[in-house]
Amino acid sequence: MKVQFLLNGETVHVEGQPATRTLLDWLREDRGLNGTKEGCNEGDCGACTVMVTDERGTRTVNACILFLPQIHGKAIRTVEGISGPKGQPHPVQTHMIQKHASQCGFCTPGFVVSMAVAHKNGRTDFDDQMAGNLCRCTGYAPIIRAAEAAANDPVPDWMNDEPSDIKVSGDTGDQVFLPDTSDEFADWYVNNPDATIVAGATDVGLWVTKRLDTLDSLAFIGGIPDLQETHVSDDAITFGAAVTVARFGDLVAQHHPSFGELIRRYGSTQVRNSATIGGNIANGSPIGDSPPALIALNAKLHLRRGDARRVIALEDFYIEYGKQDREPGEFVQAIEIPRQPDRLKCYKLTKRFDQDISAVCGCFVISTENGVVADTRIAFGGMAGTPKRATHVEDALRGQNWSRKTVEDACALFNNDFSPLSDMRASAEYRLQTAQNMLIRYVLEDQGVATQVLEVSA
Amino acid sequence: MTVGTPLPHDAAALHVTGQARYVDDLPVPANCLHLAFGLSTIARGKITGLDVSAVSAADGVVAVLTEKDLPFENDVSPSVHDEPLLATGTVHYVGQPIFLVVAQSHLAARKAARLATIEYAEETPIVTIDQALAANSRFEDGPIVWSKGDAADAIKNAANRVQGSMEIGAQEHFYLEGQVALARPQEGGDMLVHSSSQHPTEIQHKVAHALGCPMHAVRVEIRRMGGGFGGKESQGNALAVGCAIAARQTGRPCKMRYDRDDDMTITGKRHDFRIDYDVGFDKNGRVSGIEFTQYARCGWALDLSIPVADRAMLHADNAYDLPAATITSHRLKTNTQSATAYRGFGGPQGMVGIERVMDHIAHNLGLDPLEVRRTNFYRDMTETPPTPAQTTPYHMEVEDFELNAMVRELAASSDYQNRRKRIAEWNAGNEVLKKGIALTPVKFGISFTLTHLNQAGALVHVYQDGSIQMNHGGTEMGQGLFQKVAQVAAHSFGVDTKLVKITATDTAKVPNTSATAASSGSDLNGMAVKAACDTIRERISDFLMEYYQADDVRFEGGQVHIGDKVIRFEEAAILAYENRISLSATGFYKTPKIEWNRVTGRGRPFYYFAYGAAVTECVIDTLTGENRILRTDILHDAGASLNPALDIGQIEGGFVQGAGWLTTEELVWDASGRLRTHAPSTYKIPACSDRPDIFNVALWDGKNREDTIYRSKAVGEPPFMLGISAHAALSDAVAACGAAYPNLNAPATAETILHAVTAVRS
Repeated sequence: MKVQFLLNGETVHVEGQPATRTLLDWLREDRGLNGTKEGCNEGDCGACTVMVTDERGTRTVNACILFLPQIHGKAIRTVEGISGPKGQPHPVQTHMIQKHASQCGFCTPGFVVSMAVAHKNGRTDFDDQMAGNLCRCTGYAPIIRAAEAAANDPVPDWMNDEPSDIKVSGDTGDQVFLPDTSDEFADWYVNNPDATIVAGATDVGLWVTKRLDTLDSLAFIGGIPDLQETHVSDDAITFGAAVTVARFGDLVAQHHPSFGELIRRYGSTQVRNSATIGGNIANGSPIGDSPPALIALNAKLHLRRGDARRVIALEDFYIEYGKQDREPGEFVQAIEIPRQPDRLKCYKLTKRFDQDISAVCGCFVISTENGVVADTRIAFGGMAGTPKRATHVEDALRGQNWSRKTVEDACALFNNDFSPLSDMRASAEYRLQTAQNMLIRYVLEDQGVATQVLEVSA
Repeated sequence: MTVGTPLPHDAAALHVTGQARYVDDLPVPANCLHLAFGLSTIARGKITGLDVSAVSAADGVVAVLTEKDLPFENDVSPSVHDEPLLATGTVHYVGQPIFLVVAQSHLAARKAARLATIEYAEETPIVTIDQALAANSRFEDGPIVWSKGDAADAIKNAANRVQGSMEIGAQEHFYLEGQVALARPQEGGDMLVHSSSQHPTEIQHKVAHALGCPMHAVRVEIRRMGGGFGGKESQGNALAVGCAIAARQTGRPCKMRYDRDDDMTITGKRHDFRIDYDVGFDKNGRVSGIEFTQYARCGWALDLSIPVADRAMLHADNAYDLPAATITSHRLKTNTQSATAYRGFGGPQGMVGIERVMDHIAHNLGLDPLEVRRTNFYRDMTETPPTPAQTTPYHMEVEDFELNAMVRELAASSDYQNRRKRIAEWNAGNEVLKKGIALTPVKFGISFTLTHLNQAGALVHVYQDGSIQMNHGGTEMGQGLFQKVAQVAAHSFGVDTKLVKITATDTAKVPNTSATAASSGSDLNGMAVKAACDTIRERISDFLMEYYQADDVRFEGGQVHIGDKVIRFEEAAILAYENRISLSATGFYKTPKIEWNRVTGRGRPFYYFAYGAAVTECVIDTLTGENRILRTDILHDAGASLNPALDIGQIEGGFVQGAGWLTTEELVWDASGRLRTHAPSTYKIPACSDRPDIFNVALWDGKNREDTIYRSKAVGEPPFMLGISAHAALSDAVAACGAAYPNLNAPATAETILHAVTAVRS
């Protein structure tokens, strides 16, 4: 492996590392930059947060599940580089001290990086910007006070990295395939169908850090420009597979606000900045959050194998737990949402609102004409081995008067659609009960009844 | 004046720049080895075959140790020698260490640790409280019972009576820095250990036994932890001992840190409890008699479960004068992680029990729960002590009660009564969403209940340039202890805290220390440092008075006033040095007045009580059980605060951690005894947006009645229990859904709340 990147303003060449070496391990073990911490080694605590800048801007990512080839040609700043080159404090550092916002200090470097990036990007939605940083000591209040206090201070000039300054070599060495186009990737993958595809590594990263897999053949597709394109036409909104969940959320929110709100609670800022919409679809998880919403919107999946392309309904992609309709050498190229009036509501049920995997994720599109249900698509995550539609419930609703009674009558049919499991996130009974209650919530929301605790204040 | 000043944490500038060093950040020689444990995959059984040949053959592995390879004592228990470092033929929980891998890298050790072939003769594990009771699987011979008066008779004769039972879940510490230790072999067989531990002396003691050497041959140093919360009182022993043994055997530095999943799988957590209650009361809710039965799930080894369960009993009264009470405590042995110390040390569980009772009585009588609480409060201490004397169920006189006044002020500042009315109106107009509000008090006993632990030592040097180096037995885990004690030292010499160097806790500087626990850190170590500083100051004073022929000396503003003469502190230091005055001293402190007999359940286990109260408002969704804390107002008594900024930090953080325990933080074990929530992906501590939208915290303007360090009060644990107000508010919201009592268990996850809503409606 041979990769180049900017690290705290200096060009760095790294060679001879395994392709799955994480940026965090390299920073701490090889580079002696110990400010970046390991708290969980799975992207859930944010102690390892670093800043990355490329042609798409500046954002935060978790270094613990980021492989070195993923930062090829980009600029990285660690907490050591948030201070100026002569040790000048960044405004967020000054305010963190003044507001007593560190106690044990172990989460602090990650918070400082998240705050500095939010500050650079002019973001003041601090709860969302720092949802991926856990603190066990302070109760967060002083950290938010520090972020607010720093908001109006100017961005220090050293925060402006220019990754275009790096001379990037095309030769990235053995083991690492970093294609420039999806054509190039398609040709390679059809001949290397057993390779592991890495886009954002928010899932594959854990295969390495937790399952301790050794992955020999890897293709890094997160940087392929044509897989990062989005396109809005009169008929459809199309997203390349490597569009990050963050970018996906920003765009989809303009058309389907409830989907945008679902994505706001998907992972954390760091995770959404790395994870891709294609990865969330292709990994086949029964508890991924985008598939139920996409299925409810009747999304189409664009698959490609070599030069062969096909388009299928997303719901048909999921065959059973762990099995998708994807041939060896075939990959997800794009996802397409048909344009439609917005009737989508997404209900994500978790133990904690932010950065928590869904126990149940129910997504509903119910359209009515003259008070009668014209059509409906209802899809759930967390209720079966795959993301799955509630077809019995849908059938019972179609053609009926759009009323609470209709909904209550249809609710029992969730038992025909789903036999959920009990696990550490929720019991089967709770899953079935709340699936029904989500449908009731949908009709009540239509009637203007307040149903969202997130919209209530003291 | 440095005492009482809101200075930042001593390491704040290092924290925010990433320069603060934790154990895993210390530079190590290139030949350092890395360790990982091989773990039991079953909860209970005999090991019938252990083949580690594949482990030994794995890339980078230097050695594999089993119990047979341990040269001396195979024990890492903090109490009764029932916790082998490596399993001795029998395993007692999923995650118990069986063998130790020594390898070239952390990753190589982790990978190799999974390669053993282990055969077991599996037995049915005891996982739950019910299973433990059925099997009579317990520590100590039978339940412990403490009582005051005839509770059964009082209940029988009371006008009203309620009975109930509550499940209270465990809690993972989730210190952000996982357990870690580094051992560096020294000449002559000595060992230097860096351990992320709240209890360096115990690490020293356990390592010495494991190496078969005297304690003087082992030095333990810790500059800071990345969080502790009780989870590093005893749980670091295994790593330090493992590293020391491997370092002795290989002659190389050895480091071990648990990956987060291993950390949560191996180490102990807060004890989960079931509390049954039976209470008699009059029409105003005044309790006449009460019986509690507390069931504590202690896990497989004793660890600190006896004092934890004792402290739960000692807080069964919380703020309430119980005329007759019987408290029965079962300490149950299960095939799960050995439950351990966690902020509050059993106190929170006991307190949740009585707060539940107050809530239940109020519901039974249709009264505002706050009125029932006030009706049962101890009386405030005024100029004239209450007569007859008011005593706790363990027969300790309550001499410093002040919650009547505090709650009066908090209820007014938070507008409790009006908000309660407005919430009822809001609920009447909302079908799906319901709000709740609750005010709960905290009275928390300060002192180790094992009386001899209430001692501390310090070592202070004044150098000839006037700079001061300070050391004491306390450890810094984020609570700001080092800064508070540095303020005490600076105050003694009348200088700025910048002159005071804070140094790592080191068993070679101050010996025989107690754990930094029981909220005692600044009470004990502040006094010990003050004693050392006073000794040096008096030596300098005596010398200067003689030297300048003056009658009085004052240390103030960086200067020393000797009669009319004024010199800078550093001039005084060099002058004293040149005149052969010793500028180094030790200090020692032991807490006065305390005596406690845990067999009879009588005495004065606590020097004083810390008080606080919180009002929390929340909202629930009756379709899903989703919920949020909307507003919290807190009034807390830190005495004459040594550092108000750090104390408010403890209060804010303690509240959020306590509320997390009772809401989103759910530990789930399956029937086979396997912990299913062993990472932050499945175990959910509060995130940023979970703090209350409106969060008002104020310090009560008071001084400790007892002669503590500058009349301050301990503040580490007490605010944790302010989080109980969140649970009580959720219960209040559920109660708005129907006529029945909510019987809300903890943690009140969305699922638990929906279950309770369904129950009160049916």
